[in-house]
Amino acid sequence: MSPAKPSTATQDLMRGVWRENPTLVQLLGMCPTLAVTNSVANCLGMGTATMFVLVGSSFLVSLVRKMVPTEVRITTYILIIATFVTVADLALAATAPGVHKALGAFVALIVVNCIILGRAEAFASKNTVWRSVLDAVGNGLGFTWMMLIMGSVREILGSGTWLGIRLFGENFEPWVIMILPPGGFLTLGAILLIVGAWKHYQTERGRARDLAVAMAGKAA
Amino acid sequence: MTGPADGHAGSTPAPATPTTGSPAVALIRTLGGLGVIAGLLIVVAYTATLPRIQANKARVLAAAIDEVLGAPARYDTLYVVGDSLVRVAPAGVDPAALETVYLGYRADSSVIGFAVTGADPGFSDVVRLIFGYDPRESRVLAMKVLEQKETPGLGDKIEKDTTFVAEFRNAVAPLKGVKQADGTDSTEIDMITGVTISSRTVIRVINQTLQRLGPALAATLPEMPR
Repeated sequence: MSPAKPSTATQDLMRGVWRENPTLVQLLGMCPTLAVTNSVANCLGMGTATMFVLVGSSFLVSLVRKMVPTEVRITTYILIIATFVTVADLALAATAPGVHKALGAFVALIVVNCIILGRAEAFASKNTVWRSVLDAVGNGLGFTWMMLIMGSVREILGSGTWLGIRLFGENFEPWVIMILPPGGFLTLGAILLIVGAWKHYQTERGRARDLAVAMAGKAA
Repeated sequence: MTGPADGHAGSTPAPATPTTGSPAVALIRTLGGLGVIAGLLIVVAYTATLPRIQANKARVLAAAIDEVLGAPARYDTLYVVGDSLVRVAPAGVDPAALETVYLGYRADSSVIGFAVTGADPGFSDVVRLIFGYDPRESRVLAMKVLEQKETPGLGDKIEKDTTFVAEFRNAVAPLKGVKQADGTDSTEIDMITGVTISSRTVIRVINQTLQRLGPALAATLPEMPR
């Protein structure tokens, strides 16, 4: 990643999905990630709502970026984000009342999700509308798929179901702890550990390969 | 007069401050303008979703009444005014502000009983429920939790545990929560192990609501055909 070279549209989109995944790498938005991932349906609702707010606010922040004085930029971002959260809250209540009820206060709490304010300040306020929307979609996807993984693990182990579909026979005794708050910490910890170990392995292998190439070059 | 340059060396250009007008005017214009846009967006979203949100709420309530009264052919909405029930809200009072109960009928117009809502704090938040009640035999017909934020996997069993919910079928009020019901006494409700507070809340809500509204419910029924 060289800062001198401007990123391409694909890079802007994909950055949030993996390389700078808001949950996996930046560890932002932990509150909903831990609190509402006890079922896959909740994750889908939360992911969609967050994605909507992220895209909407990135779009508007980028659109008005040249008109906003620096002194009031955070106020402006929060105003814009809160507006989209209210819209998302109402839309969710109208279209998916069950999920809306299950998510409770966490829909309103999207306002304080660091991912959204982070993208507004770090990206949308400095880039064109098109790129900002791409960046927001990427981060929204990154957040949503991580939530879905967490939700799948917790729902399968904690309730024996996936999206409400029974997976095991009557003899399966659900690990209730997985749908309780500790389950969120355990699952997130396990996922971060696995991804961290995998990244470490990748780096080590890359370093070994570089070393081998250097040795071969010296020998030749 | 312009403020000192706020750009750090080598950083990306800060959002440009408008050159026209004093900073105060610019701040007011930005926040005011965005406030108007935000307000408009919210009003549009609110008006667009309101009918569906109300329809959803009405559907949930209708389904709940259906469940606790055992699928009545029709039901009337009665308003609680003082110590009595009236069919038409008194003039000058907003019907939405009054407590309501629902009187269900069978297809042959005989009365099934009332559907009554009640609420009280449970383990973590207010538990709101609806139950069917027949004052002629002081019998609870069925109970359904409408709203609860009890511990998932434990407290939420008051809603999801079908055995516990079935305990309320034809139970005689006032209800009594016990640890191990022998199944002969119909006033006894078998509480869920590990869910004592939430179980007790459900029983308390029903008893309290009946204590408060019971006389009014009983006074309304005698003239109705059985």
